Amino acid sequence: MTNSIAELEDADLIFVIGSNMTEAHPVISYFVKRGAKKGATLIVNDPRRTDLCRWADHFVRINSGSDIAYINGLINEIFKNGWADEEFLREHTENPDDIRAWVADYPVERASEICGVPVERMKEIARLLGTAKSASVCYTLGITEHICGTDNVMTLANLQMVLGNLGKPSAGLNPLRGQNNVQGACDMGALPNVFHNYQAVTDPNVIAKMEHSWGVTGLSDRVGYKKPTMLRKARDGGTKILYCIGDNPVHTEPNMAHTIEEIEALEFLIVCDIFPTLTTQYADVVFPDYGWGEEEGTFSNTERRVQRVRAAVKAADGCRPSWWVLQELGMRLGYDLGFTSAEAVWEDMRRTATSYAGITWERIENIGLQWPCPTLEHPGTTFLHKDGNFTRGKGLFAKTDWIPPAEVPDEEYPLILSTGRRLWHYHSGTQTRNSVGLEALFPEELLEMNAADAEPLGIKSGDLVKASSRRGEITLRAWVNERATPGFCWTAFHFEEACGNVLTIDAYDPVTETAEYKVCAIRVEKVADAEELMKDLCRQARP
Amino acid sequence: MSGHLTLDGVAYPFQSGQTVLEVARENGIKIPALCYHRKTGPAGRCRVCIVEVEGQAGLPTSCNLEAKDGMVVYTNTEAVLEVRRSVVNLLLANGEHNCLSCEQNGRCELQDAAYDLGIEIPAFTIIGPEVEIDDSSEMIVNDRRKCIQCGICVAACNNVVVNEVLGMGQRGFDSRIVCDLDVPMAESTCVQCGECVQLCPVGAFIEKKAIGQGRSWELETVDTTCPYCGVGCQLTLHVDTNANRIVRVTGREVVPNDGMLCVKGRFGYEFPSSPNRLTQPLIRKNGELEPVSWEEALDFTAERIKKIVEEHGPDVFSAFGSGRTTNESNYAISKFTRAVIKTNNVDHCART
Repeated sequence: MTNSIAELEDADLIFVIGSNMTEAHPVISYFVKRGAKKGATLIVNDPRRTDLCRWADHFVRINSGSDIAYINGLINEIFKNGWADEEFLREHTENPDDIRAWVADYPVERASEICGVPVERMKEIARLLGTAKSASVCYTLGITEHICGTDNVMTLANLQMVLGNLGKPSAGLNPLRGQNNVQGACDMGALPNVFHNYQAVTDPNVIAKMEHSWGVTGLSDRVGYKKPTMLRKARDGGTKILYCIGDNPVHTEPNMAHTIEEIEALEFLIVCDIFPTLTTQYADVVFPDYGWGEEEGTFSNTERRVQRVRAAVKAADGCRPSWWVLQELGMRLGYDLGFTSAEAVWEDMRRTATSYAGITWERIENIGLQWPCPTLEHPGTTFLHKDGNFTRGKGLFAKTDWIPPAEVPDEEYPLILSTGRRLWHYHSGTQTRNSVGLEALFPEELLEMNAADAEPLGIKSGDLVKASSRRGEITLRAWVNERATPGFCWTAFHFEEACGNVLTIDAYDPVTETAEYKVCAIRVEKVADAEELMKDLCRQARP
Repeated sequence: MSGHLTLDGVAYPFQSGQTVLEVARENGIKIPALCYHRKTGPAGRCRVCIVEVEGQAGLPTSCNLEAKDGMVVYTNTEAVLEVRRSVVNLLLANGEHNCLSCEQNGRCELQDAAYDLGIEIPAFTIIGPEVEIDDSSEMIVNDRRKCIQCGICVAACNNVVVNEVLGMGQRGFDSRIVCDLDVPMAESTCVQCGECVQLCPVGAFIEKKAIGQGRSWELETVDTTCPYCGVGCQLTLHVDTNANRIVRVTGREVVPNDGMLCVKGRFGYEFPSSPNRLTQPLIRKNGELEPVSWEEALDFTAERIKKIVEEHGPDVFSAFGSGRTTNESNYAISKFTRAVIKTNNVDHCART
């Protein structure tokens, strides 16, 4: 996030796109709803009528995967009406004329045809954005989990630069990070192209610095493989060993049958985790890890705040922290990683990381600090790009063009399936399904569909249905509701008994290799009538 | 208007917009206030926070009394204490405030007020209508017998977390906290975030799973960060150290969540002590994963990695860090992959 969470409450306009925040980031939604209550204009843009719509001034139903056309259409209209922040464009961006020219290809009439939003409606939304004092854009995986996810993000950045909505409070571009420490995993260098602190592996100076700091030679300066490539290469022997910590790829990667083939093709699979999962079933070695509540360490949240996690209970005798296992393996392979405690690991990292140099465990004993925090005296950074000064100097607009999703509905598979998370569960369910009561609140996966699609198939809430795509099929109960718009179905991936990822498509964004979890084509058939009316299960649906 | 006001004979500075109660609390002067919470603001409802102000008739409530320069306030005159005693006595008489096995015992604001005012036995007995306990929901019990109708839960649900479920229903003796249009909580649109539990000053909203799991003073507290989504809510874990179990979770009123949580963060805490946990290293032998010693697991793994990497080069090794594990775990796998194996094939679930 370029801003902090609490700033959302004071925004003039909040533009939410591809985010189901009342379920996936409930506490952020509290701030957004408070903002709306205080008078902010709340615009929810989604193919799905998410629960946040109850508090929204506008729900704009856009077609799945049409974000670029929609946003470019809005930018076009903003320029046309003189609502662009010309001063910001002149002072803080490198190529304002380019974006003006590029979006000329997206008059609202054309954009409207692609995104399905009526022309007048688009003009209204453009006016609200264009005339707001400041606007905060919040997005989540509804933007990134597309084959054009990178361009989707670029398009939103273009919008905010055109409006001059960066570098000030309660504005900005705010991706809501999905997992407790996905920000931290990136920051710590669990990425193939950068060390911790986003230091490029291809930069000889960085390599020299890290070799010196770590006391090693021969660090690789070739960018490594991204996750889908690692798995794909297992098929031809390009990947033989996979060391997997706290991840359950069989369950969470798209196209499960395909993932299983890749995992089976590995020569040696090491899994370090806290529960048996679909992935441990294929492991050659399993290391029992310390879990949350048992280990000391830090997480970094979506607003870049590094915060402590602490041991409250003792782990079973046989468990060990993942860093300890790596230290032991390092010793056996001839290198002392120097990991004597979790804090020692942090300190090892901090020595060569300017953004975190000022963050010690001692300083975050009580309250976390937001990076960049370069010195021990630095107070941390609430929002990025202050006064429009970007990391790279001036902001650079990127050209983006709409492309259709990898798989669109046809006669054989006539419905769109999109997937995501539910309020009551988390990821592959290892944590939430092993806690008391959450499963009672949401006991089984459901396929949400609109009455317009369900009724012709004779399907009502609670009926058992079979959902199939070109990649597989799952059987689960239907939940006929208004959240699913006509032609559009939705399910989650928390339950291995009926996991959305059996159906999802392994088509990827070429830059990030993020899969298009948000669009694939399915067919739905009724299997059996409900044994009882499924009223109770609908309790989380907000009218 | 900022300036100075005098509290019990001592002058204190204040900022514009501050109330007398806020200035008093800031300076360590205890005024009981049952319907006031910083997050829900002044309600002027319970009338326990009354004070005496020189030159002003009556006893105004301090929670909504704006501080003024030169104001002279007395917080504990006999007149003030007498009224407070009456109010607390009435609250105690109305409902069933039995502290013996109340979960809130030891952290109850009504109990504290009674203690501070020296009320040993309530002065009155009121026979009111029977009230129902709503224990229909999975996580939250609304024990209406203990409710003092301060309205904090209603304000919390509607204005703090804006889930808009709780309301005050009926009138007079019959008035009570209701969900939606007066349906049991389990059938309501409540998302079980528990902000009502977090802010309830008495034992009217309590965590169902924490009942009977230990008195507040028996439990150790540990501050930590929530293991679910990327918001990074700050929590306090309440731990039964003898049983080695987390038995309750409360939100810390600091950034980024200011005490607010969701159903997972507040109630999804048992998984560390689940019997389904992996608790020993396993190696696949004859097709089955079998328990082995750490020595054997580590030696075997190191041997295999060494052999395969020596034969095929470092790039046949790949590693996944995780958006669910700690920074330290992620840095550890990054350094291991790069410094020990000499490849950059390390990634995690950010892109998937």
